[in-house]
Amino acid sequence: MKYDIILAGVGGQGILSIAFVIDNAALEQGLNFKQAEVHGMSQRGGAVQSHLRLSDSHIYSDLIPLGEADMILSVEPLETLRYFDYLRPDGAVVSSSTPYKNIPDYPELEGIFQEIKKAPVSVLIDSEKLAKQAGSVKAQNMVMLGAASVFLPLKEENLKKFIRVLFERRGEQIVQVNLKAFELGKEAASSTKK
Amino acid sequence: MLKTNLSSFINLTSQKDSDMNKMVLLGDEAVALAAVHAGLSAAYSYPGTPASEIMEYLIKISGGSQKFVAKWCVNEKVACEEALGVSFAGKRAMVSFKHVGLNVAADPFINSAITGANGGLVVVVADDPGMHSSQDEQDSRYYADFARILCLEPTGHQEAYDMTREAFDLSERFNLPVLIRLVTRLAHSRSSVEVRPAREQNRGEAYGSWQDWTLLPSNARRRFRLLLDRQKDLKEYAEETRFNHLSLNPNNKKLGVVVTGIAFNYFKEIAARLPEEPSYLKVSTYPFPEKKLLQLIDQVEEILIIEEGYPFLERFIRGVTGLPGKKIRGKMDGTLPPSGELTPDLVAGALGLPVKTGLKVESLKLASRPPQLCVGCPHADTFKALKEALKDFPRANVFSDIGCYTLGALPPYNAVQTCVCMGASVSMAKGGAEAGIYPSVAVIGDSTFAHSGITPLLDAVYSNTDMTVIILDNGTVAMTGAQPSFGTGEPLDRMVAGVGVNPEHIKVIIPLPKHHEENVRVIKDELAYHGLSVIIARRECIQILGEKKRS
Repeated sequence: MKYDIILAGVGGQGILSIAFVIDNAALEQGLNFKQAEVHGMSQRGGAVQSHLRLSDSHIYSDLIPLGEADMILSVEPLETLRYFDYLRPDGAVVSSSTPYKNIPDYPELEGIFQEIKKAPVSVLIDSEKLAKQAGSVKAQNMVMLGAASVFLPLKEENLKKFIRVLFERRGEQIVQVNLKAFELGKEAASSTKK
Repeated sequence: MLKTNLSSFINLTSQKDSDMNKMVLLGDEAVALAAVHAGLSAAYSYPGTPASEIMEYLIKISGGSQKFVAKWCVNEKVACEEALGVSFAGKRAMVSFKHVGLNVAADPFINSAITGANGGLVVVVADDPGMHSSQDEQDSRYYADFARILCLEPTGHQEAYDMTREAFDLSERFNLPVLIRLVTRLAHSRSSVEVRPAREQNRGEAYGSWQDWTLLPSNARRRFRLLLDRQKDLKEYAEETRFNHLSLNPNNKKLGVVVTGIAFNYFKEIAARLPEEPSYLKVSTYPFPEKKLLQLIDQVEEILIIEEGYPFLERFIRGVTGLPGKKIRGKMDGTLPPSGELTPDLVAGALGLPVKTGLKVESLKLASRPPQLCVGCPHADTFKALKEALKDFPRANVFSDIGCYTLGALPPYNAVQTCVCMGASVSMAKGGAEAGIYPSVAVIGDSTFAHSGITPLLDAVYSNTDMTVIILDNGTVAMTGAQPSFGTGEPLDRMVAGVGVNPEHIKVIIPLPKHHEENVRVIKDELAYHGLSVIIARRECIQILGEKKRS
């Protein structure tokens, strides 16, 4: 078994928090993982991505080869498209529909959605709306993780366990907001999964 | 997200993963922990992507049961020399920095090969192929070769741990510093690592002898001959170590692959798609195992060399005459690109396999999203004021430096015209002024100023050069994740005055929109002064401010 994920977003959107939860949930299930991240200059409001690989056997490459990602999980719709050539022919796209417009030439949103929908499996989630509903607009990353959980080969209880670990030191209220965000994302993906 | 946040994730992960002795670590952290487990007494560093997490992790765990020194230093040269002092004292020392940091530390580094190491001395250098966060992609293996010392290049997390532990033993066995070469993909990749019980620190060792450590020509000549004699021992080690591995496939006499460092991972990943794995030599040490290489060459018709970085090994193998009767492929014949980072796909192409692709985005152009200054960044306000102050000077130039503010080169600011290396803004502005540029302005961050800006400022004071230095004092090393700055706040003002800048032309401004007009006026006044001025633009990094508010 192997499951390769491209995590995408904009610096500051919490991509590495998603990675933290998935890494540890995978480990909890006895899987191996490798996770290549981007630090430093690129983090400042620029495009960021992480290659996250899960497997029950040894993983050599830190990078996912083109056309082999089982999932693109993205907190930003334009960023979703940036990594389309990594997706397997039967891969799934789980993408936020909330744009992060910090560039002058951001393309027309409807065009982006049309491209995303060309993927064999695609789920577009209004992460901003659901995060607000959960109690904090900052929880969009956990909304998207919840949406992805519908596809991931990981147990929901393990994912939730490490959401708790991740946010514990910020207090129980923040933990609850993020767990709620996860739930709302999961429900939304379950209902729109095609 | 700041790395201060990231570090806390790391800690959680490590604590959680208590089953057996496996830990979840970044490549950088695997090196750091291995050093501690090897009996490290002291480690020194200057922040720089992708090496910063080594020291961040050391500082994080330095409060544990095994006490050791873990310190940020003012620059890499100082860090390297402090480590050398520890080695002289007979203790185990590590110094770590990014590849260009080794340029700064080159003087003590090269000469530490002449003094030799007393206590184990390990120099960890993180290269940045592909220039994710750097101004060049220089390959540190050349530095090890230049210094004539051993270089170890791990392929993955476990080797990063194992090699670093062994590096300290090797340093003491050969009495030489050992260089460990990391690359971004390993430094910033996370995986699980099996760790072993820690060794005690060195105690009561004799200091280095003055004959070895006082590099008067008579001593240095003798030491250099010893270093040259030592080369055969290093070559023997290369043949015996488990880190270099020759795998011969007697059924395939056509292709043999020489693969180094992290390229090994891409090779193994992709070779699984071939009907059978070709013969290969995995090289993880330099000097490289010549005998093993000759064994491989003997067996095959064609050699493919895959290495991350420059074609270092390939140049050795090709030499001037190549290998008669054999075909050699690699970066020098275009089989692999000579610049940028390797990927599994490039390796697939080199092995003659089709490169897969996923979906193509056809109907729209993907706008790029470069990094940019944070909303509310003090540098943005300084650039705005500077641009306005300079708008009547068509021949003005702003020399910049290494830090977040280098992003001021990009739209919407277009405020700076150079960025070369740490401290170069001040020295280049002086050279520029002496070549007739007016106004000649240097823009440098507080930490970069402490790192390499003070000495050129002293030069400018001596000449009373007609230039304006703007020190962007945001109180931190922001770009690399908010490490402490050595020249910030009031001590910075005193430092500038202490260097000898005329106090009447040392000005402090607060880069906030409400002070814009006033700041423009101050900058204009100092541009008009035909001598050396220093303007300190002081406001705390917005990220640090945010962190403080959250906690």
